[in-house]
Amino acid sequence: MTILLFGITKDIVGTATLSVPTSSITGRKIPKTVKELKQFLGDTYPELNKLSSLAIAVNNDYAEDDRIINSYDEIALIPPVSGG
Amino acid sequence: MEDRYSRQTSLKEFGPEGQSKLINSKVLVVGLGGLGIPVLQYLNAMGVGMLGLLDQDVVELHNLQRQVLYTEKDLGRLKLEVTHEKLSVQNSQTVFGLHDTFLTKDNALDTIKDYDVVVDATDNFPTRYLINDACVILNKPFVYGALHGFEGHVSVFNHENGPTYRCLYPDMPTPDEVPNCNENGVMGVLPGIIGTLQALETIKLISGVGEVLSGSLLVYDGLSQRTTKMKFKLQLSNTKITELRETYQTDRCEIVAEVSVETFLELRESKTPFTLLDVRTKGEFDCGHLQEAIHLPLDMLQLPKQLSKSHHDIYIVCQSGKRSAIATRQLQMDYPELKFYNILGGMNKLMTLSS
Repeated sequence: MTILLFGITKDIVGTATLSVPTSSITGRKIPKTVKELKQFLGDTYPELNKLSSLAIAVNNDYAEDDRIINSYDEIALIPPVSGG
Repeated sequence: MEDRYSRQTSLKEFGPEGQSKLINSKVLVVGLGGLGIPVLQYLNAMGVGMLGLLDQDVVELHNLQRQVLYTEKDLGRLKLEVTHEKLSVQNSQTVFGLHDTFLTKDNALDTIKDYDVVVDATDNFPTRYLINDACVILNKPFVYGALHGFEGHVSVFNHENGPTYRCLYPDMPTPDEVPNCNENGVMGVLPGIIGTLQALETIKLISGVGEVLSGSLLVYDGLSQRTTKMKFKLQLSNTKITELRETYQTDRCEIVAEVSVETFLELRESKTPFTLLDVRTKGEFDCGHLQEAIHLPLDMLQLPKQLSKSHHDIYIVCQSGKRSAIATRQLQMDYPELKFYNILGGMNKLMTLSS
């Protein structure tokens, strides 16, 4: 699944998009919910765990932690930004 | 006489009715920086009847790459004064409300209550959360815009029982999580794009034309010219705010005590003993500082021994008041037995008052 990154999450990860493997060749558990996705990403990029408010959009809708995600979903990490 | 607004009143969706709504509306723009300027130039040109201007910063050299109303001749002047001057010439029919202050929990409700719409053109989280809470209490919509590098966000919050800023981001980030553009940088043209989108949303909101960006966050990426929209819903609990919070600094931090430049100057006159720390860089300090200031750059923030035993109040200054706020917070945590105060507006404001 492909994840679009915005704001500080893009700076933390270092790219504008991120690919999360959908088959378990890596031996890691594949995230099936938004909550699991957050944990999955947080393990790889611990800086993400520091964000107190991080909105996750699934197919352009704000998604709660229990939202089920599939490999074909369009996912975006949208943290608050503050510049003006 | 040709009607100056004929090019917009001839739009059938907008018409003379739309224009009359603009003329009868009052919009407060909080922040006269990169976002506030395009918002104001367009709202003023298009004939919004009353515009509130709120800021206490002065024009600095590094503002000029994005705050395109200001010129080299305006350096060191109050943004409020320069903006008022230029907008009055642009449209002599507009009534201006001048607020020579930053928005604080003490003045927010009183300031906002007289306006129909608030435009959040600020550059920091505490003021954004303060605007949200004050607008929820007063039941006013606000048009939000924010930047990060090449990216901009726009939305309209608290519009006709629509979602609020806290429905999207319930908790305010801590200062070390997400940088502001002083630390992070912003591409000069970006606030122009995002600010004009905010102006458009404000006009739509007032005139009732089109679909207001309520319940939807528009994310614009200048690098790819891609826009993403995220829909979000109202969380009813966020509308139940009945009073402002005690502090709008981040939750896990101690409250930062602040004083205005005026109060600090009075104290200085009164011969009360105090200590003044200047937390700017060596270069800035060497270019000019207050005589009694002790230089303690922010990146080497450790109190000299004799000061850590001091019984005097310690005041902290930087160029604009932002770094000194960080220093005040840090030092207050490190030395809870001492009393620290951040000087709001910093050297910029001090220089406008003492000159």
